[in-house]
Amino acid sequence: MIIRKHHKVLVQGITGKQGSFWTEKMMACGTQVVGGVNPKRAGETHVGLPVFASAREAMAAAPYDVAVMFIPPAAAKDAALDAIEAGVKLLVMLTEHIPIRDVMAVHEAARRRGTRTVGPNTAGLVTPGEAFVGIMPGHNPNVFQPGRVGVISRSGSLGTLVCLNLTRAGLGQSAFIGVGGDPMVGTTTRDALEALDRDARTQAVALVGEIGGVMEEDAADYAATMRKPVVAFIAGRAAPPGRKMGHAGAIATANRGGYASKRQALEAAGVTVVDTPGEIAEACGRGLAHGQCGAEQGSLSMEA
Amino acid sequence: MNFVEHVAKQHLLVPAGVAVPKGRLADSPAAAAEAFAEIGPCVIKAQVPTGKRGKAGGIKAADSAEAAADAARTILGMSIAGHLVDKLLVEERAEIEREFYAAVLPDTASRSPLVLFSSRGGMDVEEIAAEAPDTFRRRPVAPGERFGAAEARDMLKGLDLGGSEAEVADILTRLHRIFVESDAELVEINPLARLADGRVVALDAKFTLDDAAAFRQPDLAAVAAVENPTDLERRGAEVGLKFIQLDGNVGVLANGAGLTMTTMDVISHFGGRPANFMEIGGEAYTKSETALELVLSNPGVKSLVINFCGAFARTDVMAEGVVKAWQALKPTVPVFFSIHGTGEEEAIALVRGELGIEPYDLMEDAVKAAVEAAR
Repeated sequence: MIIRKHHKVLVQGITGKQGSFWTEKMMACGTQVVGGVNPKRAGETHVGLPVFASAREAMAAAPYDVAVMFIPPAAAKDAALDAIEAGVKLLVMLTEHIPIRDVMAVHEAARRRGTRTVGPNTAGLVTPGEAFVGIMPGHNPNVFQPGRVGVISRSGSLGTLVCLNLTRAGLGQSAFIGVGGDPMVGTTTRDALEALDRDARTQAVALVGEIGGVMEEDAADYAATMRKPVVAFIAGRAAPPGRKMGHAGAIATANRGGYASKRQALEAAGVTVVDTPGEIAEACGRGLAHGQCGAEQGSLSMEA
Repeated sequence: MNFVEHVAKQHLLVPAGVAVPKGRLADSPAAAAEAFAEIGPCVIKAQVPTGKRGKAGGIKAADSAEAAADAARTILGMSIAGHLVDKLLVEERAEIEREFYAAVLPDTASRSPLVLFSSRGGMDVEEIAAEAPDTFRRRPVAPGERFGAAEARDMLKGLDLGGSEAEVADILTRLHRIFVESDAELVEINPLARLADGRVVALDAKFTLDDAAAFRQPDLAAVAAVENPTDLERRGAEVGLKFIQLDGNVGVLANGAGLTMTTMDVISHFGGRPANFMEIGGEAYTKSETALELVLSNPGVKSLVINFCGAFARTDVMAEGVVKAWQALKPTVPVFFSIHGTGEEEAIALVRGELGIEPYDLMEDAVKAAVEAAR
């Protein structure tokens, strides 16, 4: 789920205000957009690109690897199933507030077809110097610069802040993976961590989590096996208690999901957990410096 | 969206064929006494959309019309977890032999509905799950996958249900169907009781509708429980802003749930107390003017942090709304900005030019100054 410059991208909902705006930003960053979808405007040209009636039709005329959805919640399921049936490899679902039943149906279709999904409710994927898909300021050089730190974030705004801090610290980013703010996402924090661990350009990882769900706890299990330093910030320590899913939620997650549970799991895995987002870049810098001194003790070296 | 027990039973369980005890709604001691005359020995239960009603004193048994009226008098007007009790369910008192637990909820691990069952239900079921995990069964049912009586019986294998296996399996299939067809975020029966006469009935019911699906469940949305937000929270909801009033003194305006939570965290980290949570996500960033009015209407606010980091949200559009609200309201509380991301140059120029305020470069510094100013 790291976006590359050789990826060909289809924009579903390209003719809308946001679809048009962000398509132009993506292209300005070097993203290869091959076309868009709007059944009502098939055959037209929009922002210089062909508009198709469906993702399936687009695949036949202008093959692509990645589809990104600028589609409202009620229509999101059909658009996602269209792209999955078309055979897209990577589907990026930006839409927030898709009904859970629809989200589960999309994930099931993706599982059967072997499609990688990111989101829903993701801000997208950015690889500075190569390409970006989504609604991140991939085109803003104050925020994104090619570099060494892989960033994983559930939130777009907080992810932007962290990337900005990394750029200012001179570290830049090897890749940004927005996993999404929804409770049930196709690419988990752990999946993203594994991808960044495999990525040659990534030398350290900044993991930006939030309270709720158990993605950070699951990612901690993998972080324990990593040699690259991992720095985490978990938002929501001071948040008012949110809606609890009755007894069922607590039973299903065995009472994990809160700030303390996440912090404990990550620290036990050797991850440096910081208290404010401003400390992330500094901690990444320390982790990288330590790594370069020849310490070969994996992520435990972060304790120094 | 949450629902009170009586509505969950009558609008979801009963139509789906799940048995419930005989019951009647009452909103006065006299009505409770009348209901007793019809039902006999009964349990009187506060109808508020929250758990732990029994522990809060909102559930009482009655063996006479007078006792029913007395119980109603005590419970009506109570406040349980912030909900005012104005309705009671007067329900036939069942002779319980066994208490089970059943629920269906979305499972993030399998990305499917998860059917959850325990042969031991009732109060403190969370502790039972920790102490006696072998009484629990979990079965994810993928979308499109069959979950009929055979599958439900298979799931229950190895549990002692005192001969009620077939009835319980049947109820689980119905519960699963309710979950799928009604766009539930949660459907839970605790306890699901086997009575002395062998019937298996839902003594309680909890149903949560997926807010995102309310548009296609209008009949259910119409009977959802009315939450009791503060005036400010209600005003926020009316314009599509999720605003939660807290008891702190540092007001927070930020874009995106993640950045807002982080701003609150940093306020706490530096020894301050946030005065609100406010979610301005997605397209709502254009509503910063209204959002700021709400934050400033909170009488507890002694200072304010405005923290924007624009990705999708344009900071210049948000700053314009802030400046408008500020010029209209002329507040006297000190305000501290940090602005980055999409549109930052225009946004900073606007705040500097119109309000004469220099934004901080680091959000940590803006927060520190605001916490200091609120002291």
